[in-house]
Amino acid sequence: MNRSSHKSPGFVQKYIFSTDHKTIGIQFLITSLFMLFFGGLLAMLIRWQLGWPGHSLAFMEKIAPEGMPGGIMVPEYFNMLFTMHGSVMIFFAIIPLLVGVFGNYLIPLKIGAGDMAFPRLNMISFWLVPVSIAIVCTGFFLQGGAAASGWTAYAPLSTTMGPGQLCWIIGVIVLGSSSIMGAVNYITTIINLRAPGMTYFRLPMSIWALFITAIITVLATPVLASALILLLLDSTLGTSFFLPAGMIIDGVLQPNAGGQALLWQHLFWFYSHPAVYIMILPAMGIASEVIPVFARKPLFGYHSMVWAIMAIAILGFLVWAHHMFTSGMNPALGTSFMASTMVIALPSAIKTFNWLGTLWRGSIRLTTPMLHALAFVSMFVIGGLTGIFAAASTVDLYLHDTYFIVGHLHYVLFGGSLFGIFAGITFWFPKMFGRLLNETLGKIHFALTLIFFNGVMFPMFILGVAGMPRRIYDYTQYAHLAHVGGLNRMMSVSAFCLGAAQLIFMFNFFWSMYRGKKAGENPWQANTLEWATASPPPHGNFEKTPTVYHGPYEYSVPGRKDDWLPQHQPAK
Amino acid sequence: MLRRFCIRWIPAFISWLVAPSWVFAFSRSGARVWLPEGISTVAPEIDRLFYIVLVLTSVVFVLVQGTLLVFLVRYRRRPGRKASYSHGNYRVEVVWTLIPAIILIWLAFQNQRVWSKVRGTPPPADLEVEVTAEQFAWNIRYAGQDGAFNTQDDVLTINQLHLPIHQTILIHLKSKDVIHSFFVPQFRFKQDVVPGLTTHVWLSATKSGQYEIACAELCGLGHYRMRGFLTVESPEAFTAWLAEMFKEQTAS
Ligand SMILES: [Cu+2]
Ligand SMILES: [Cu+2]
Repeated sequence: MNRSSHKSPGFVQKYIFSTDHKTIGIQFLITSLFMLFFGGLLAMLIRWQLGWPGHSLAFMEKIAPEGMPGGIMVPEYFNMLFTMHGSVMIFFAIIPLLVGVFGNYLIPLKIGAGDMAFPRLNMISFWLVPVSIAIVCTGFFLQGGAAASGWTAYAPLSTTMGPGQLCWIIGVIVLGSSSIMGAVNYITTIINLRAPGMTYFRLPMSIWALFITAIITVLATPVLASALILLLLDSTLGTSFFLPAGMIIDGVLQPNAGGQALLWQHLFWFYSHPAVYIMILPAMGIASEVIPVFARKPLFGYHSMVWAIMAIAILGFLVWAHHMFTSGMNPALGTSFMASTMVIALPSAIKTFNWLGTLWRGSIRLTTPMLHALAFVSMFVIGGLTGIFAAASTVDLYLHDTYFIVGHLHYVLFGGSLFGIFAGITFWFPKMFGRLLNETLGKIHFALTLIFFNGVMFPMFILGVAGMPRRIYDYTQYAHLAHVGGLNRMMSVSAFCLGAAQLIFMFNFFWSMYRGKKAGENPWQANTLEWATASPPPHGNFEKTPTVYHGPYEYSVPGRKDDWLPQHQPAK
Repeated sequence: MLRRFCIRWIPAFISWLVAPSWVFAFSRSGARVWLPEGISTVAPEIDRLFYIVLVLTSVVFVLVQGTLLVFLVRYRRRPGRKASYSHGNYRVEVVWTLIPAIILIWLAFQNQRVWSKVRGTPPPADLEVEVTAEQFAWNIRYAGQDGAFNTQDDVLTINQLHLPIHQTILIHLKSKDVIHSFFVPQFRFKQDVVPGLTTHVWLSATKSGQYEIACAELCGLGHYRMRGFLTVESPEAFTAWLAEMFKEQTAS
């Protein structure tokens, strides 16, 4: 590609309506880090109420006079907080961070392409995200507040709510279209724009993970979008897709007839279980990418890692009703979904063993990205193992909708996805901004995050075993929960410390962007193609399209002086 | 080198160990936060399965985290040592796929045995009760003398469920408005209550006493206070209570 033919773009074109995949990736990064911060603040308020139920938090009266009159939270506000915490984290933080940031930034660079196949579509897919955020968050300023029926928005409850719920539905539809556009772009780019020599089995694992994630997105998201449209019609135009006959709400007999409340759950989870993999596969890809670099060893079992991702993607479409063991569906279905869920544990186990195998007889450097990647493995193991409790349908009869599930999902989404995201950001930051992050601050942030994360989330398992239901505004009235206050306060204190620790990350991020040490092309001595160009890479990425000679993980090849062998360098 | 490693990492491990002990620092009553007492015939079987999974996952947890830590120490970077060059080992991979597969299949069969008992065809019932959930209360209906629902002698209560001990009870769950979930932690099960559906669950209580029914599915702003009261008592006491309730009901 000849870069001199590009005329230098103006400010708006370069930084705002840019079609360069790198700028779009960084736009995704800034937006979703901001939303991550916001979602975290919502969690702090939830933890305040759970740690000290009914105690006043005086300054909140000014911010939310209706939700927290006199600083004391009302139940509606609590319901809104956990709904928006879940929605913001899943739709506006984790998915855009993993798929939006790394998908956009890495795919063209790692396959040796100049940009995405459809740069303009890419730009639209980014700009739909702020639009979606604006629509969903408009709810905060409307009568009755933002959505408050849980991020799962179970019908019929979600159809009985105010305008904030409608904003939520429309906003998530917009976000779904953004995901679909992004996914189409990723798939096309990976199939068509690979550099010469970049065969499928020479693709880095992060690209494999993003590729399969994009396929899952294209197959699952339209189901969510159509279910949301049906929900919107039920809420506004009086249709009855999810509303059965004979409902009496606020003393009024509803005119609906013929709908099925459980249909919403089937459609929702048909998307949302695969969405769990949308939120974990890219993080697995990042870990598979970071661990070999800092163990200076080829990835253990590359092929089986690829097959495991594919198996997860296929099986991921066959397990959705494990969220519905207690829903009242036919118990025979419970058996089949229990069985399929047990099967899907296998590929995850294989991946874990392969990461350990990569460390075996390596030469391990504990840099910040490596620490986050190792924490990803360690915490994901806890998330996966606690999933077996929920997969055993009979045990789930007791644990379903308790804090055990909340703990499980946070070990997957925070312990898994978010540590993966931290590993990715700290690993590729030098490429994105041309400067290194501060290692000392990075390690302090890592250690505090790991400790306080476990301080908040591990006790959730114990609370769940003790029978504490989730989404409960005030647990103190239940006799069997009379003695869990202390544990809840300990979790809340940990949560506040966890939140505060993120300020270190924020500071390090923005400080290093301008003041960090210059990174150079390849600060980690890594093999993949993004390290074969300047940091940050120029518009068009590569001076000359690279040719690929071998797989991405040729570290410590015997008989060579260097312990790395870049993909674009012939062995001899 | 080892000294530097220790200075750097041992404080980290210690603070890691300190974190759980916060639990005790913050806990005032010192009461054990764990499974509540099980009081239904299926509770011991569900608990047994819970402990099987707990033991299995704990073993895997210790093995994996232990291996990880050992590898981090043993294979840390040292001058003059190069990482080995290996892309994997087919035989090892087959072994570590087969072992968990066998364990999971075994677990699936264990689970199915209990599942078909709890959720299969219910045994013949000694007593049937209809529970209708609404925002935010539990409406309880007993069939009364004639054993048929929706007749003159039905006994109705709000949030008061009494059950005779050691009898097989069939509960018909219905909802007036949105989805709720009937959850008695001591029975070790919950069942969602879905508008438009009647769901049948059976149980047999094994210990008398006072318990609580919680709503376990978000059902609106009063979800947290949708609490019912459950009394398990002798069949004689139950019959007397039912007669008493009927008298009160006809008097008013
Ligand atoms: Cu799932
Ligand atoms: Cu309820």
